[in-house]
Amino acid sequence: MKDTENVTGYSGNIVIISNRRDIAANAIFVTAVLMCGIAVQNTYYLQIMTFIGINTLLALGLNMLMGYAGQVSLGHAAFYGIGAYTTAVLSGTFGVSPWAALVCAVAGAVLVAFVVGLPTLRLSGYYLGMGTLGFGMIVNIIFREWSSVTGGSSGFVGIPMLEAGSLSFMDGKNYFFLVWGVVFGAILLCRRILSSRMGRALRSIHDGEKASMAVGVNTHFLKLQIFMFSAALGAVAGFLYAHFVMFISPESFGFMVSVKMVTMVVIGGMASVWGALLGASLLTLLPEMLHGFAEYEMIVFGLILMLVMIFMPQGLTRGLLDIYGHWKKRP
Amino acid sequence: MQEILQYIFSGLTTGAIYAVIALGLSMLYSSTELINFSHGEFVMLGAMGIVTLWVHMALPLAVAFFLTVACVACTGLLFERLAIRTAGNAGHIELVIITVGASIFLRGVGMVIWGKDPFSVPPFLGHDSIEIAGAALLPQSVFIVIAALVLAGGIHFFLKRTLTGKAMIACAVNKKAAWLSGIPSSTMAVTAFVISTGTGAAAGVFIAPITMSSYDMGTMLGLKGFCAAMIGGLGSLWGAFAGGLLLGLLESLGAGLLSSGFKDAIAFVLLLLILYIRPGGIFAARDAKRF
Repeated sequence: MKDTENVTGYSGNIVIISNRRDIAANAIFVTAVLMCGIAVQNTYYLQIMTFIGINTLLALGLNMLMGYAGQVSLGHAAFYGIGAYTTAVLSGTFGVSPWAALVCAVAGAVLVAFVVGLPTLRLSGYYLGMGTLGFGMIVNIIFREWSSVTGGSSGFVGIPMLEAGSLSFMDGKNYFFLVWGVVFGAILLCRRILSSRMGRALRSIHDGEKASMAVGVNTHFLKLQIFMFSAALGAVAGFLYAHFVMFISPESFGFMVSVKMVTMVVIGGMASVWGALLGASLLTLLPEMLHGFAEYEMIVFGLILMLVMIFMPQGLTRGLLDIYGHWKKRP
Repeated sequence: MQEILQYIFSGLTTGAIYAVIALGLSMLYSSTELINFSHGEFVMLGAMGIVTLWVHMALPLAVAFFLTVACVACTGLLFERLAIRTAGNAGHIELVIITVGASIFLRGVGMVIWGKDPFSVPPFLGHDSIEIAGAALLPQSVFIVIAALVLAGGIHFFLKRTLTGKAMIACAVNKKAAWLSGIPSSTMAVTAFVISTGTGAAAGVFIAPITMSSYDMGTMLGLKGFCAAMIGGLGSLWGAFAGGLLLGLLESLGAGLLSSGFKDAIAFVLLLLILYIRPGGIFAARDAKRF
């Protein structure tokens, strides 16, 4: 796990370099987002890019849990759904301001994560995967069956659009900037957490849970904290999704979505903030590009997934870097 | 009373099918430490195979059954050879993603071959039901339960009485030690895959006359199979079988007496309870390791 922030604090020189690198990466990111937002006029492309942003938020949250703390979750779409349904019901049915609903959505997701995480995170390996899977399925069934509140399997209609003062987010471009602004904030936040004491403790859990317990890390509490953090990011993503699409149904938060989130993290490359961005972009773009294959879409998607995992188990970021390294070494 | 008996009958029938699905998963786990998320898709292939071979091509039932199981087992062999083997020693998460990819791939294949419409299969043994204390029992339910028992017994016999089976158990206990004593562990892994997918196909054949069969039926069945295997204790053969029966019974009683909408939730609530209280399964010793 050779990461830039891994070496932070060991030597002043390296700190400056890694800070400079971070600033450069952030500058590139902001410029790229601004350029995309200003240059792209096509509403379809803007929409796709907004979805990429929402998925990046999901991947970022799950990446903190999977890549850094080493805990698998196969039910993370539940938090995405909790975020979306909370804001939908509060702002759609009860007429609460969406921004107040956002606070409730995040608080709700964090609370659920706390209650569920308390017993579940004591499990590990496949058992943890199964536990989170079961939780995700139960939440999804509640969305589907509690039809008096959630609209059942036919979905929830009538989610209001977002407004901030005179600024309306009905416009695709404004929404694009809103989503990517949140993504940028989330990236900064994740990097802050990772370069703090907490981040180092997290990585120690990933490398050896017993060893990190032995040096005095409260592993269970830390795992719970990071689980709650990733749930909060998922809820924010759900909030943005609900007010963007203005219609939600249980299928958008089902088992396959959880699997897709895991895939984004793994394909992009675990334990890398930019990997989450790459994975989310690829997994959002791929189905769009595969529309041309019509009914062969699923076959091609499954095949790509398998091939990437078989030949680049470290994810695309690392895999491509390795290929580049080999190519560079050659005389 | 007679209603409850009816629920028990239908619960035992679906339970026997869950048991067979769980059997395949559990067996594969015990010899390769892999959880196959595409197992449900092999069940789907089994159901679709019987639709094509028996309903459409009108082959005799026994021929159609064995042909289906053989074809699906071959697919499982190909999957192990091409995907799992080439991945080498990838980690657990990567292997899970590979099997998830395989499940999407197989579902896509199913959709291309059989289309999106569901198929129904007539009962294997006629429509006349036997009446017991006012509750109707279809002869095919008896057939399914007996077939499931025979299958489980067959696998049990294979593992405990044949040399290959014993070698497989040796691999499960300690792969390296087994390899050192001359057991070809890769051949054993392939065998486990073939048997596991074969039993999956058999479960698909059994479930075909009970529900509608379509290309997307596999996911839920596979997940229910996991729950059953988990309830009985992952890696234990008869535990998985009992877990399947228990799950089927509770689901059927829950759907009948409480609410049919939350039927699917029962399996997962049960799964969570087991994981929290007894992670080793209901039949395991109290302090099973949580991995």
